[in-house]
Amino acid sequence: MHYLDNSATTVVSEKAAQKAFEIMTQTYGNPSSLHFMGLQAEHELEAARKSVAKRLGVQTDELYFTSGGTESNNTALFGTAQAKKRRGNRIVVSAVEHSSIVEAANKLESDGFEVVRIAPRADGIIYADDVAAAVDSGTILVSVMLVNNETGAIMPIDKIFSAVRAKNPDVVCHTDAVQAFGKIKINAKRLGADLISVSAHKVHAPKGCGALYVKKGVRIVPLHYGGEQEKKLRPGTEALPLIAAFGVACNEFDIDGNLKKVEELNNYAKSLLTEIDGVTINSPQNALPYVLNISAGKVRSETMLHFLEELDVYVSSGSACAKGKPSYVLSAMGLSKDRADSALRISFSKYSTAKDVEALCAGIKAGLTTLAHR
Amino acid sequence: MKEIILVKDGEIVLKGLNRRAFEDILKKNVKHSLYPIGKFEVTSAQSTIYVKPLDDDADLDEACDRISRIFGIAAFSRAVVCDEKTLESVMKTAPYYLEDVLKNAKTFKVEAKRSDKKFPYKSPDICREAGGAILEKFPHLKVDVHNPEVTVYVEIRDFGAYIHADPIKGAGGIPVGTGGNAAILISGGIDSPVAAYMMAKRGIRLTAIHFASPPYTSMRAEEKVVRLLQKVAKYSGTMTMYTVPFTKIQEKIKSDCPEELFTIIMRRLMMEISERIAKQNDCAALITGESLGQVASQTIGALQCTDEATDMVVFRPLIGMDKQEIIDISYKIDTYETSIEPYEDCCTVFTPKHPRTKPVLKYVKEAQEKADFNELVEVALENLKTTYIKPDND
Repeated sequence: MHYLDNSATTVVSEKAAQKAFEIMTQTYGNPSSLHFMGLQAEHELEAARKSVAKRLGVQTDELYFTSGGTESNNTALFGTAQAKKRRGNRIVVSAVEHSSIVEAANKLESDGFEVVRIAPRADGIIYADDVAAAVDSGTILVSVMLVNNETGAIMPIDKIFSAVRAKNPDVVCHTDAVQAFGKIKINAKRLGADLISVSAHKVHAPKGCGALYVKKGVRIVPLHYGGEQEKKLRPGTEALPLIAAFGVACNEFDIDGNLKKVEELNNYAKSLLTEIDGVTINSPQNALPYVLNISAGKVRSETMLHFLEELDVYVSSGSACAKGKPSYVLSAMGLSKDRADSALRISFSKYSTAKDVEALCAGIKAGLTTLAHR
Repeated sequence: MKEIILVKDGEIVLKGLNRRAFEDILKKNVKHSLYPIGKFEVTSAQSTIYVKPLDDDADLDEACDRISRIFGIAAFSRAVVCDEKTLESVMKTAPYYLEDVLKNAKTFKVEAKRSDKKFPYKSPDICREAGGAILEKFPHLKVDVHNPEVTVYVEIRDFGAYIHADPIKGAGGIPVGTGGNAAILISGGIDSPVAAYMMAKRGIRLTAIHFASPPYTSMRAEEKVVRLLQKVAKYSGTMTMYTVPFTKIQEKIKSDCPEELFTIIMRRLMMEISERIAKQNDCAALITGESLGQVASQTIGALQCTDEATDMVVFRPLIGMDKQEIIDISYKIDTYETSIEPYEDCCTVFTPKHPRTKPVLKYVKEAQEKADFNELVEVALENLKTTYIKPDND
């Protein structure tokens, strides 16, 4: 099997899976219980919190576990909008955010907030000047992702947030770091972020878990009400097997080592792919090497994807929708409809190998010669 | 309190000497439909089918829901069985069984039907006495024989006395299985499930044929068709679905035939293959979801070209309907949301930019014969995949 769809999800590392199993069968107490088993569970919870917090360069009491990236993003947007609705009405987001930001922003817009969407320039990158230009005295929130999920484009978040603050120091700055976490070093202070969303299943931990960093002093209103868990920001019994596995997966991060390895793979893939007639690279020059977005000739994304699947190679269609509606991210970058229609997203992990890349490239080559074109 | 469902036959009461056969099939369909949810006794008398639960905790709401989708039923009523077939028992039961509706109504009337002529009281007597009993319990009510808010029906039948509210409208049509077998060509769009439903309503037992073109179409597209058919099966009953591997044929049309004739030749080959599958399955007709003028392959000229590819009768129940009318039915049968899931299907993959809307049969046939698909058709027929479709709630 050649799994090259790691931006969609990743295999759970053996140690993380073992941890989840151990919690489900042995240390299965409720962290809120007063007895010893509860205490044991609480220790597991706090160990995981420490592990995740460390990778974001934040304090443990600034980190809240959620059910995943979508919940973290929703909590960041709705929670901030609710908390600051008397201070202003404008929310600024990039045009290439994940759907959990796009749709949350749409909802806020229909609720009466003014939403400004910042398009990327032709290189797929959101520029600080463009974001700052949209910020006014009534702006309450800016949300820009750290790494784009379709192209791997790295956004200059530190520059963006400092430009935003130069115009209005009261703006809450959120970044969706789901695709960046575990792949590049993240430090909340250096980024200047007030809120950061991360997800477990993109970093070799189970699905159904994520976290939201909330800088001390920043107030957000919870989306759910119930018990005292997560300091009432996210009530409900903690999903401890998933959270503990998340902690273990974070302890396994080798950011520099993996980045170097994946960079080599990415370069290898690019060198093989550019030799194939009809293949173009859509990812920006200095994108995160974990993601490689390409367009393969005139074969529709979905067709090529299924063709590759028969060869046991798994990638993602760059285009979000099959019926001729090209990806909004690629469209926002100004890609032609033809190119967006045939876009594929290849995404690596630390487990990817040169053999995977070779199988992929051989597959695309075969597909381009045998598949009927548009 | 024992309840029962009284089912009134639909059009089949018109069927003269065949009526027994029709009714037997309808009873069998009712039994099949209720089988997964518990034990029911299904008997018939006096052009009514009696559905009697044999377990005390039988789910009659679910049973009514299922019966509402069985073709050949004009109306049905969920009724209470009086403890005894006596006037006293009727008077005792009537005010209580419909308590909830009577409590909130202002006016009512009682309608009695005495099909057991040995019962000592006549219908007007029954109405008067039962009405009196109801008024006694609900003094706020007034009798209104012309425009009552609630009608209480009392039926004195051979096997007992029953009380029920207004009958519920049935699915109409004629029982599935009485109209023979036909094969539906189903793509996964909005139209074909509706066409399948409409022909099942006219008594047709269905076989389904789906054309799959991996990798141009995905496993999900095929699963989507299965889910659509599972919804149709709630009306039509179980069926067999055949998936035809169509990739090689589509690729050959694309490479060997004129682009503007792609769709028309593809549809001709679909008809040809479907006819072969239909014959192997004792189907006497094909069904398609075509609607005149909807797309280029559904013009008179195009339909003439596709029709010529088969000797079978082709039913096109949607031929004169507007898209919105078709969508309305797809909502009613709950297929719409599934139909609009965005997976590539065999009809959208190779769509030519400028399809011929007025194809000339002679040229179409020439182009098709020149390319010669016979061998690929045989290979496709040898590699059919069979899927057994059950209603999605079974």
